[in-house]
Amino acid sequence: MMDESRRRMGGRRRSHHKFSEERELELRLGPPGEEQEQQEEQEEDCWSHQHNENKGERNSDDSDQSPLSLGYFSAQRIYNFQPKASSFLQNMSMVGKESKDATSSQPCRSEVMEFHNGAVCAEKKPLSSPSSANTAAPNNSSQKRSAAGPVVGWPPIRSFRKNNASGSTSKPPLGSHHHNQQQHHHHHLNLNNVEDKVANTTNKELVNNISGTPNKGMFIKINMDGIPIGRKVDINAYDSYDKLSSVVDHLFRDLLSAQRRNSCGAGTVQKQKQEEEEKTMILDGSGEYTLIYEDNEGDKMLVGDVPWHMFVSTVKRLRVLKKSDLAALSLGGKQGHINH
Amino acid sequence: MTHSGSSLPDLPNSTSTSGPMSEIRSPPPDRVLEIVLENVLHFLTCRRDRNAASLVCRSWYRAEALTRSDLFIGNCYAVSPHRATSRFRRVKSLTVKGKPRFADFDLLPLNWGANFSPWGSALADSYPWLEKLHLKRMSLTDDDLDLIARSFPSFKELVLVCCEGFGIAGIASIAANCRLLRVLDLVESVVEVADEDEEVMDWISCFPEGETHLESLMFECVDCPVNFEALEGLVARSPFLKKLRLNRFVSIPQLYRLMHRAPQLTHIGTGSFCASDDVAVGDQEPDYASAFAACKSLVCLSGFRDILPDYLPAIYPACANLTSLNLSYADVNADQLKPVILQCHKLQTLWVLDSICDEGLQAVAATCKDLRELRVFPVNTREEVEGPVSEVGLEVISQGCRKLQSILFFCQRMTNAAVIAMSKNCPDLVVFRLCIIGRYRPDPETQEPMDDGFGAIVMNCKKLTRLAVSGLLTDQAFRYIGMYGKLVRTLSVAFAGDSDQGLKYVLEGCPNLQKLEIRDSPFGDAALRSGLHHFYNMRFLWMSSCKLTRQACQEIARTLPHLALEVIDSQEDKADDHIEILYMYRSLDRPRNDAPKCVTILQ
Repeated sequence: MMDESRRRMGGRRRSHHKFSEERELELRLGPPGEEQEQQEEQEEDCWSHQHNENKGERNSDDSDQSPLSLGYFSAQRIYNFQPKASSFLQNMSMVGKESKDATSSQPCRSEVMEFHNGAVCAEKKPLSSPSSANTAAPNNSSQKRSAAGPVVGWPPIRSFRKNNASGSTSKPPLGSHHHNQQQHHHHHLNLNNVEDKVANTTNKELVNNISGTPNKGMFIKINMDGIPIGRKVDINAYDSYDKLSSVVDHLFRDLLSAQRRNSCGAGTVQKQKQEEEEKTMILDGSGEYTLIYEDNEGDKMLVGDVPWHMFVSTVKRLRVLKKSDLAALSLGGKQGHINH
Repeated sequence: MTHSGSSLPDLPNSTSTSGPMSEIRSPPPDRVLEIVLENVLHFLTCRRDRNAASLVCRSWYRAEALTRSDLFIGNCYAVSPHRATSRFRRVKSLTVKGKPRFADFDLLPLNWGANFSPWGSALADSYPWLEKLHLKRMSLTDDDLDLIARSFPSFKELVLVCCEGFGIAGIASIAANCRLLRVLDLVESVVEVADEDEEVMDWISCFPEGETHLESLMFECVDCPVNFEALEGLVARSPFLKKLRLNRFVSIPQLYRLMHRAPQLTHIGTGSFCASDDVAVGDQEPDYASAFAACKSLVCLSGFRDILPDYLPAIYPACANLTSLNLSYADVNADQLKPVILQCHKLQTLWVLDSICDEGLQAVAATCKDLRELRVFPVNTREEVEGPVSEVGLEVISQGCRKLQSILFFCQRMTNAAVIAMSKNCPDLVVFRLCIIGRYRPDPETQEPMDDGFGAIVMNCKKLTRLAVSGLLTDQAFRYIGMYGKLVRTLSVAFAGDSDQGLKYVLEGCPNLQKLEIRDSPFGDAALRSGLHHFYNMRFLWMSSCKLTRQACQEIARTLPHLALEVIDSQEDKADDHIEILYMYRSLDRPRNDAPKCVTILQ
């Protein structure tokens, strides 16, 4: 249960636009995302009904476009961005065969980017699919499809499996590895002030992070008042608050749906806006519930206060709370956090 | 209505059934056949055969009901516990399955149902002699486990697969109270454990003193530290222990000790397979390979949860006898895998991560000629253009492992040619599950949809019963499935198809279809209606993010009264009538009353 002994001032919440700016300023190896956005507007054969909807939500995904974040590549294959103006199908065939300067500006990378990390577009809830499928021409199969960003439950792999795949070939060579590993264990045991009882999750996570595993799943508990069964979500699977919010929504939709019904507009509200509202309901303060987290120092914070990557590195567990309960519990803000 | 189950039942108008002497007299002639039948039916173990026998006539129905000791409930909501226990009076072993499989991928709300409690109370009342309980995707609490632990004095086996809702306290109760326990298998379940700073209950110490009957202990998914001293003591006093699957909190030196205590082990889940945190630099480490050499009956290895690949050579002594190897948590590359796999000539089951790359699959294909089941899981689950395994790996596997029966393959790219090759090289395939992680991906070589590949699978693999499709697929793929997939029982579809016709092909063409799970595909009401003739034969139908309307579902619910249509939706008063999720199953009893608010059951 909540630790009432920690009381902090509430923090100011940033808007999501700030996140995208920060993302764009980060060092990347891939081409900047903005060019790509413009290109997509011009694309005709985009099954772009969903495409255009997603445009506005594209914010924090650009950094994922660097080749480093793509996971496995053998030495021979160099990832490339293919500057073809033709349909995405052709693009798919070209990618991976030629090596090109990855930083050259690309007129038509949009379709390639769609499949790139799957993180380009903000996550589309399954709810949106029926409407997009409805509006599409049934005969032209490519048009009504949008390979949007990470989707709930795809690929169909159970979460504990994602958690345990340690995810990197970047381990040091065989001979030296064993002793280095031991030293790492000791070193971080001391730093962390972790009690020496048993090997625990924090320790292991830290060690594993040291060995450079960008895609390792990091599971944290999430609970909601009123639901006895908690869940674990893989924080590393998301790269924005939007997506986290969407997943939380899925997990606890029963209780959240009630308040969504109350706060959604009438039938005149467009689908897209509705979905956006739903997605950010839990974070933008308009609903009855809100999301807070406990960081690695035990402080309770409002989710959304800090940049995403900072959130990911400090979050230890999540909780969905009624906002009325929130008032009674003062949380740590950025200010309070630094001052301890 | 039913007899008590003994050979000489009490007949209401019998005049000679008092005292022990009546047992010796021969039974009335009309009962002879029934008694013979009951005795013969005892030998019938396959439930499909028993189902058939029960349909012959009323007396066969009764006899079969009395003699069925293994009861299988494929969907916990298909029958009420009361109906099941009323019909089958002498059940010793019960299997119940709950949530649909897509719940594993968070597509179902958390509190959807599949609660074990109603079953628990019914079992406690009706089957005090219960020995085995096997649950899959059920939700059970610590209280449920406690009830199980205390209600069945002969209880021997508890197997929980993909279950949730319980914690250490429940497991401790089982350990403490089930004196005859032989099997405690907790597999892929979500166990509520204490937080890092809270005290962890020591459930291992709850096993009673003295020799145990334990044959199998699997607690890989119990994600909290165990009292190793107690565990070692438990293993030492369990002479019948054959299967031991440890969690990641057991280090390799600890594993070493356990293996030397129990060299009779046949199945080992190795735990973390790395050194514990308090091993100092320069410590002398034991010869781990000796432990693997000591366990001469070892046939199945799994675990390797936090593996240090340096330690992998320790398993060499066991490789030649291994029939099953699960490295799906071990991030090893091809070079690390090869020395191991090249010794595994008898391997029949292999689960790996795609970190082994196509090159690793090549090594598998070269050595494991007896391979029956292969699963390749992805390290990186994001949609990429390229990945470490591809059509190259699939093709070499198909060429090397001709006896392959079951494959689950995650990849980022796949060609029709490779899939067609597998369909021809591996005619014994029963399960073919291909997951191209990038949605709507065509064949990268030809830009064609993946229709022909899957078409070849259903055409050439005549024993195929389970199929999962992916990649860019048109209605043509489903036309093939409907035409050739006559034995298909389970079909998984995601992000595929063009129109209602696709689903129609399947529903009209596959007479053995029992489990159909579809997500994010453009199938609508007309397609759903085309299955009306078949829905009573199915265990369930799942359709999420398709084009179904509530009205159509309502019509179907009215047309087929024994069908439960659960509409799971997070919105009401929407502009259109489309629903998010339809979960439909046949049910003999009234709709369940334990559904959460977001579920509407149409009738």
